[in-house]
Amino acid sequence: MFGKLTLSAIPYTNPIIMGAVAFMVICVVAILAVITYLGKWKYLWTEWLTSVDHKKIGIMYLILAGVMLLRGFADAIMMRAQQALSYGSNMGYLPPGHFDQIFSAHGTIMIFFMAMPFIIGLMNCILPLQIGARDVAFPLMNNLSLWLTVSGAVLVNVSLAVGNFSRAGWLGFAPLSELHYSPGVGVDYWIWALQISGIGTTLTGVNFIATILKMRAPGMKLMRMPVFAWASLCTNILIVAAFPLLTVTLALLTMDRYLGMHFFTNSLGGDPMMYINLIWIWGHPEVYILILPLFGVYSEVVPTFSGKRLFGYTSMVYATMAIALLSLIVWLHHFFTMGNGAGVNAFFGITTMIIAVPTGVKIFNWLLTMYRGRVRLETPMLWTIGFLITFTIGGMSGVLLAEPPADFVLHNSLFLVAHFHNVIIGGVVFGIFAGISYWAPKIFGFRLNERLGRAAFWCWFIGFYVAFMPLYALGLMGATRRMDHYDVAAWHPLFIVAAVGAAIIFAGIILQVVQVVVSIRQRELTRDLTGDPWNGRTLEWSLPSPAPAYNFARIPVVRDRDAFWDMKQRGVDLKSSTFVPIHMPRNKAAGFLIGGCAFVLAFAMIWHIWWLAIAALAGVIVTLIRHAFDDDRDYHLGAEEVRRVEGLHGRVEARS
Amino acid sequence: MSSDPTVLHRGSLVLKPGYADHAGDALRDLRESGDAVDFQLDHHHDVASTIQLGFWIYLMSDCLLFSGLFATYALLSSHTAGGPAGSQLFNLPDVLTETMFLLFSSFTCGLATLAMNADRRNATVGWLAVTFLLGLGFIGMEVREFAHMVAIGAGPDRSAFLSSFFTLVATHGLHVTCGLIFMAVMMVAVLKKGLTPTNRARLVNLSLFWHFLDIIWVGVFSLVYLFGVAH
Amino acid sequence: MNVANESVARHAPPGAHGQAHGPAQKQYIIGFALAILLTVIPFALVMSHTVAGTPLVIAGFAVAQILVHVVYFLHVDTSEEKRWNLMALLYTGVMVFIVIGGSLWIMHHLYVNMVPHAMHGQVWK
Repeated sequence: MFGKLTLSAIPYTNPIIMGAVAFMVICVVAILAVITYLGKWKYLWTEWLTSVDHKKIGIMYLILAGVMLLRGFADAIMMRAQQALSYGSNMGYLPPGHFDQIFSAHGTIMIFFMAMPFIIGLMNCILPLQIGARDVAFPLMNNLSLWLTVSGAVLVNVSLAVGNFSRAGWLGFAPLSELHYSPGVGVDYWIWALQISGIGTTLTGVNFIATILKMRAPGMKLMRMPVFAWASLCTNILIVAAFPLLTVTLALLTMDRYLGMHFFTNSLGGDPMMYINLIWIWGHPEVYILILPLFGVYSEVVPTFSGKRLFGYTSMVYATMAIALLSLIVWLHHFFTMGNGAGVNAFFGITTMIIAVPTGVKIFNWLLTMYRGRVRLETPMLWTIGFLITFTIGGMSGVLLAEPPADFVLHNSLFLVAHFHNVIIGGVVFGIFAGISYWAPKIFGFRLNERLGRAAFWCWFIGFYVAFMPLYALGLMGATRRMDHYDVAAWHPLFIVAAVGAAIIFAGIILQVVQVVVSIRQRELTRDLTGDPWNGRTLEWSLPSPAPAYNFARIPVVRDRDAFWDMKQRGVDLKSSTFVPIHMPRNKAAGFLIGGCAFVLAFAMIWHIWWLAIAALAGVIVTLIRHAFDDDRDYHLGAEEVRRVEGLHGRVEARS
Repeated sequence: MSSDPTVLHRGSLVLKPGYADHAGDALRDLRESGDAVDFQLDHHHDVASTIQLGFWIYLMSDCLLFSGLFATYALLSSHTAGGPAGSQLFNLPDVLTETMFLLFSSFTCGLATLAMNADRRNATVGWLAVTFLLGLGFIGMEVREFAHMVAIGAGPDRSAFLSSFFTLVATHGLHVTCGLIFMAVMMVAVLKKGLTPTNRARLVNLSLFWHFLDIIWVGVFSLVYLFGVAH
Repeated sequence: MNVANESVARHAPPGAHGQAHGPAQKQYIIGFALAILLTVIPFALVMSHTVAGTPLVIAGFAVAQILVHVVYFLHVDTSEEKRWNLMALLYTGVMVFIVIGGSLWIMHHLYVNMVPHAMHGQVWK
C-alpha cells in the first residue's frame, strides 16, 4: 500500500536531525497559525499563490531562495564545525553517513534552490519592467515554473524528516549514485527534486526568451536593451540549451535505478564515465547561468551609482555572448583527470582560459565606468566593489585550475572548493545582494535599512576571506574535499580559522535577517515615493514603486540606451491625462495544482507507491486538459481603474 | 469589455505635449531613422507570434533532450555485453512500415492544417482522425516490437546497448503518445467550439510538434536501425 | 475574450484567405514525395547490402530528409517573420553538434587511453 514507506523511515534516533525537523515543523505550524489567525488564507490564495503577475511570482521566488539560503547555510556551518573538531582522536559530532548527506544537500540546495530562485526571482521582478513590457510572454506558465521549483525544494526538506538525502554529492556521480552503491531513497530524493525543479527552470527559460525577443517596448532595439536584459537573454538561452541535458542524465540514472538498466553501472556494458560527461555538459553552462544575470546586475548598479553611462556597452554585450557561447565548450575541465589524453585536455583547457578574456573585458568596463564618475558608496555599490575584488581572485584561481597539469595536482582538493566558493560567493551571492538592495525599492516600495546592510556586507566580505583563504592553503597542503575526519596536525589550525570565517558570515546573515525585519517595520521612513530613489537610468525607475499590476499605464517609446535617463534629459513628463483599458491575464490555480501533483508524483516514485504515482500523473494530465478548455483567461482593466491607480501615485495630469 | 486594438495602442506614449504629441509621430521618427525592425505596433499579432515562438523554443529544447539520448546511444550501441546486437534484433521491413505510418501521418497532419486554413471544420477533424489512427498504428507496432524483444530475453536490462535502445526509441514513442493525447483533445475542442482562434493557434502548434517528431524519427531509423543492420 | 482569440482572428495564418491554399498544398505534396524517396532509398540500400561506406550514405540521406522536413513541413525560411525561428534552429543545430560530437570525441579518446580493447567491444562484459 505505501511501497517502501514505513514508520521506520523517520530517523527518531538521531537527535540532530530530529532537532532540525522539530524546528522546521514549528516554523511551518507557526506560519500556518499566523495566516489562519489573520484570516489571510483567501487573500494568500487569490492574490499570491495563484498569481500570474510576474512581480508577485518574483517575490515568491525571492522568499523561497531566502529560506533555502538559511537551510543551505545551516548545512555549511555544520560542516565547518565538524571539520574544525574532527581531528586526530576526536571524531567530531557527525557520523560519516550524515556528513555525506550534509555536503550533498548543501551543494544541491545552494545551486538549485538558493542561487537559481534568486536569479529567476530578480529576472521576474525586474526584466519586464526594464524592457517596457506589461508581463512576461506566458504568465500562467511562469506561475507553474515557480511551483515546480517549490515542489523540488520541499522534497529536499521532506527528505530530512522522512528517509534520508543523497550521500553522492551535489551532482550524484555514477556509479556511486547507482542502486548497487546507494540502495536507499536518498539518491531518489535528489533525482526527483532536481528533475521537477529542472523542468520548471526550462519553462522559465522558454518564457523569458519569448518575452525578451517579442515584448520589448517600441524603439527598444536589441542594442538598446539594458545589460541586465541582455544578460538575462543569454542566461535563458543557456537554460534552454543546457537543462534538457540535465533532464536526460537524471532520466537515464532513474532508468538504471528503477528499471535495472545499464547506462552508468559497472556491469553489462554500462559506462559511468558517460554520466560524468553528460552531467557536466549541463553543469558547466549552469555556472554561467548563475553568474551572467549577476554580471547584468553589476552593469546596472555601477552606472547608476557612478552617475555615468556604462563604459563599453557594446563590448559588454559581446562579452556576454562570448561567455555564453564559450561556456558550452569547456565542460571537460571538470574531469581532466578522467584520462582523455593530452589533445582533448589541451582543447578544453584552452577554451576555459579564453573565457577569462571576455570576463576581463567586463571587469575593466565596470572599473572604467567608475573611473572619474561620482561614485556613491551605498550598499549595492559596496557589494559590487566587494565582487570586483573577490571575483577577480576567484577567476585567477580558476585560470590556474584550467591548466590540466595543475588540475591533476589540485583536483578534488579544498583548493577547488575555495575556488568555486570564491566565484560563487564573490560573484553570484554578492551580486544577488547587490541586486536586492538596488531593486528593493522597486520590488517592495521601500529601501532596505542602509546601516544594517553595510554591516552585513562587511561581515560577509571579511567572513568570506577568513573562511575560504585557508581552504586554498589546505588544498595546496593536500587536504581533499568532503572529509569528515583527518589526522594531519598542520591542517587543524586552518580548519579552525575557516570555521571562524563561517561564523563571521553567519553574523552577516543574522544582520540581513534583522535588516529585513527592521526595514519592513520602518518602511514608512524609507518609502520610495518618486519611483526613482537612486537617480536611475533604465525604464523600471520610470514607474511608481512598487509597480502597479499592469506595469505601464502607457507603453513608453525608447529612443536611446538608458531609456529613462534619456527621458529625464529630454524632460519627458511621466504624467498622463488619457488612459485606455489594459489587457490583463487572470489568476489561475492550474500552476499550483500541477506543482502539487508533481510533488506527490515524486514522493510516490521515491517510495515506490505506484498507485499514488499513477494518480498524481493523472492529476497533472487532467489539470492540463481542463485548463485547455478554460476560456476565461483574461480581462481588460478599465480605463477608470487605471486612472485611479495612476492617481494614487500622482501620475494623472489634470487636463482632460 | 472589448476594445479596438488600434485604440489600445494609439497614444501609448509618455511624451510631453508639444514634443511629439502622439505615438504615430514618434514611431514615424523611429522608422525613418531605420529602427522599424524590432517592434510592431500590432499587439495582437504579436501575441500569436509570441505563442508560436515560445512553442518553437520548447521544441528546440526538446531536440537537445534527444541529442543527449542520441549521444548516449551512439556511445553504448557497441556495448552489447555478450547479448544480442542490433543486427540480430532489428526487422527492417517492420521499421519501414512504422516509418511509413509516421510519414503518412505527417502528410495528413499537413492536410488538416490546410483544411483549417480553408475554414473547413469537419475536414480538419477528419484529417486529424486519420493522423491519429496512423500515429496509433505506429505506437502499436512499436509496442509489439518491444514486447517481442523482451520476450526473447533482449529486454532493456540485458545490456547497455539495449538500455539505450529502449530508452531512445521509447522516449520518441512517449512523445508520439503525448502528441496523440494532444490530438484527441484538439479534435474534441474543434468539434465543441469550432475553429476558434485559440483552437487554430493550438492546431498550428500541434502540427509543429507532429512534424518535429517525424524529424526525430528520421534520426532514430537512420542511427539505430539502418546503422545497426548495416554494421 | 481570449488573448489568442483576438490575435488569430485578425491575423489568420497564411492561406486563410484562400489565395495561399494552392502553393501550401503543393509544398506538402513535394515534401511528402521527397521524404518518401529519401526514406525508401537508404532502406533499400541497407536491405540489399549493396553500398560500401554505408554509414556515411545513411547519414547523408538522414540530413537531406531532415532538411526536407524543416523546409516543407515546418516551413522555416529566411523571412523576417521567421527570423528568430531560424536563428533558434541554427543554434540548436550547433548545440546538437557540440553535444553529440563532443561526447563521442571525449569518450573515444578516453577509451583509446584507458581501455584500449573497448573499441572492439570485448572488455565490456
